[in-house]
Amino acid sequence: MRLYAFAVYAFLYLPIGIIALFSFSAGRNASQMQGFSTQWYGRALSNPFVLDALQTSALIAFASAVLASLFGTLAALALSGMKGRLRTLFDALIYIAVMIPGIVIGIATLIALVTVFDAVNPWLEGATGWRLSMGAGSLIAAHGLFTMSLVIILVRARIEGMDRALLEASADLGAGPLATFRQVTLPLLAPAILAGFLLSFTFSFDDFIIAFFVAGSETTLPIYIFSSIRRGVTPEINAIGTMVMAVSLLMLVIAQITLRRAEKPNPQ
Amino acid sequence: MAISQRMARAILLAPAGLWYAVLLVLPLIVVLVYSFGERGAAGGYAPAFTLAQYANLGARWTAFQNTLLLAPAGTLAALLIAYPLAYFLALRVSARWRTTLLVLVIVPFWTSILIRSYAWIFLLGGRGIPQLLSDLGLGDLRLINTPFAVLLGIVYGYLPLMVFPIYVSLEKLDKRLLEAAGDLGAPPWRSFLQITLPLSLPGVATGSMLVFILLMGEYLIPQMLGGGKVFFVGNALVDLFLQSRNWAFGSALAVTLVAIMLVTVTLYMRFLKRIGAARDDVGLM
Repeated sequence: MRLYAFAVYAFLYLPIGIIALFSFSAGRNASQMQGFSTQWYGRALSNPFVLDALQTSALIAFASAVLASLFGTLAALALSGMKGRLRTLFDALIYIAVMIPGIVIGIATLIALVTVFDAVNPWLEGATGWRLSMGAGSLIAAHGLFTMSLVIILVRARIEGMDRALLEASADLGAGPLATFRQVTLPLLAPAILAGFLLSFTFSFDDFIIAFFVAGSETTLPIYIFSSIRRGVTPEINAIGTMVMAVSLLMLVIAQITLRRAEKPNPQ
Repeated sequence: MAISQRMARAILLAPAGLWYAVLLVLPLIVVLVYSFGERGAAGGYAPAFTLAQYANLGARWTAFQNTLLLAPAGTLAALLIAYPLAYFLALRVSARWRTTLLVLVIVPFWTSILIRSYAWIFLLGGRGIPQLLSDLGLGDLRLINTPFAVLLGIVYGYLPLMVFPIYVSLEKLDKRLLEAAGDLGAPPWRSFLQITLPLSLPGVATGSMLVFILLMGEYLIPQMLGGGKVFFVGNALVDLFLQSRNWAFGSALAVTLVAIMLVTVTLYMRFLKRIGAARDDVGLM
């Protein structure tokens, strides 16, 4: 049993590990490690296309994570303790947003937004000289759909696990609703919000399929990697891939630690 | 007071509500409407009301065939590999190590599937394992761009998602039942078959459904590891929307895909009711 578990973990981690290992290989051969070098990292980090894609991805991930954490938290606050039709409707929407495959979201968003833009643009261009088109904005919005749902789920779980007595005590001690929110509710929810933010960032930073449809002329890092792989396997991709994995891992570790800490109530 | 509380709620819900309306409900309606339309002269969409696109679905039959063959096969393979691991984590590991080991299973799911599939291109490709084998004199072996490679990629990508729900249902299992069975003289295999397995079925069903649904919409794994030879519905969709720009037909394909998924979910819910289990809440982390 132990051996089996070990084999499964090896299956899960060996391929990633090999990519990381070979990103330090001096040669181009994939079947044999040739010396140690960091030249591929140097190459990747001085490639203007990589840097540009990295910047685009980081910007989009940050913006969509901020929006998702903010609006998701607001929605979770409103939805907690709510009953009736509106609650059922939101539950259904959240569920659909999480469950529907990314490819369907990508396609649907693409054709809906292009249709809306085509309808609005002649009028908008006449009035302001601006045109709406697919790009960073539409991608931030499309990623926000999934990540907002994620934040709502995380924060709502935390609200439901919150000790109501604390809120009552705060009110009994004369604090107004706003003061209670700022001094009691928000600090209690902060770990869930932060975890939601980090997961949202990771999702958006790693997403390929939605961006493939919705990014317009923008090139995100996954799109760049995808098109590089099509041109052939190079050690440079190993280096970029290792860095992308490292970013996700870092975010996940922080998210895990924050959630874990929050679950253990303070003994005092 | 009641009215102002309502107002506050409405204000808090407004941004999220707007998001769901514009980026979820509207797009899904557009896809549904377009699926009854026609291809525009220069690609895209032309208004019409016809079932022609649905009648033409047979043109992409191979994609459905591959998807409906490899998605269940991948789900089953992931299940068979995941179950023993979930069992081990839930019943055989000390509490001290359990969380860490569980996190280690889930972490890969939250890292880039693109890079993880690429890792297999690297390993299975001409200069990877096949080269190693032929260096050892074990002959020529072609691994990349085969259904096997796609299946491997699928299992690799979705294993974490399968382990978690099964673990949750096994972990909730009342251990005293197993002790009682042992005291009453049941051999371990019997208490497994009569207690552990039936009680873990909700987790098995949840995990299988999650993996199956996501596999139905998969594009990246067949594209990267199947090399255009193992075509899923997702690959057909990319072709129709980004290359041949036939939005009406593509929409019909997408609607059909979602319909198949909805039917699966409904059947799954029924099945859960029949085995009398409450829905397991599946954590995403």
